[in-house]
Amino acid sequence: MMLEHVLVLSAYLFFTDIYGLITSRNMVRALMCLELILNAVNINFVTFYDLFDSRQLEGNIFSIFAIVIVAAEASIGSAIVSLIYRKKKSTCINQSTFLTK
Amino acid sequence: MILSVLSSPALVSGLMVARAKNPVHSVLFPILVFRDTSSLLLLLGLYFSAMIFPVVHIGAIAVSFLFVVMMFYIQIAEIHEEVLRYLPVSGIIGLIFWWEMFFILDNETIPLLPTQRNTTSLRYTVYAVKVRSWTNLETLGNLLYTYYSVWFLVSSTIFKALSWGVSLLK
Repeated sequence: MMLEHVLVLSAYLFFTDIYGLITSRNMVRALMCLELILNAVNINFVTFYDLFDSRQLEGNIFSIFAIVIVAAEASIGSAIVSLIYRKKKSTCINQSTFLTK
Repeated sequence: MILSVLSSPALVSGLMVARAKNPVHSVLFPILVFRDTSSLLLLLGLYFSAMIFPVVHIGAIAVSFLFVVMMFYIQIAEIHEEVLRYLPVSGIIGLIFWWEMFFILDNETIPLLPTQRNTTSLRYTVYAVKVRSWTNLETLGNLLYTYYSVWFLVSSTIFKALSWGVSLLK
């Protein structure tokens, strides 16, 4: 029963945050939804590692590397967002349509 | 019961991240989600991961996004006009995803639909844990520093590139 609950929760978080990522007009909200997507994937990995045979599939190890990537892209993403705000004075995603402006 | 109590705020908070009017709220709601994730990991018995997830996700990532969002003057008005306009096409795509999930997952192994079964569901019993129970930290260290040590060092080079990138961007 534990398996289904956690899998459904991770699938729900994944799809809800894909919806949030696609429909958000704010850059910070989009990045936060991206973090939640990767968190849902991490829960999925770790659940399958814990509740099944895990000699070959090391979900917990992979979730550690996934956390590494999450932290890296979070810091780079926030640095890029702050630079874009410094230049354009707003965090609307729709404004960045041309590369030169 | 405790599983439902711990995971139901995650359901609401995950939706509120996408739908909150104030962007500051949309950075604060994931903190609830990460807290629920950590409590689920506690219920699964992975105590080290349950400690590391809040430290990294809340303590580093959410705080850095909170810095970003508090420094800027972000307009609160994000008026979602005619949200239902996209519902037919996106609803069909969502239903396709839903059907795919049920198509892939075998209902005998992972019962998503409620079925009438007298036998217990199939689970693989790990007997090694009954002989000597390892903590989560021991299992991670047993593999991460021996078999996956090269990847561990590669992740350190990722952090090196990250620090260079952030310092050059600033």
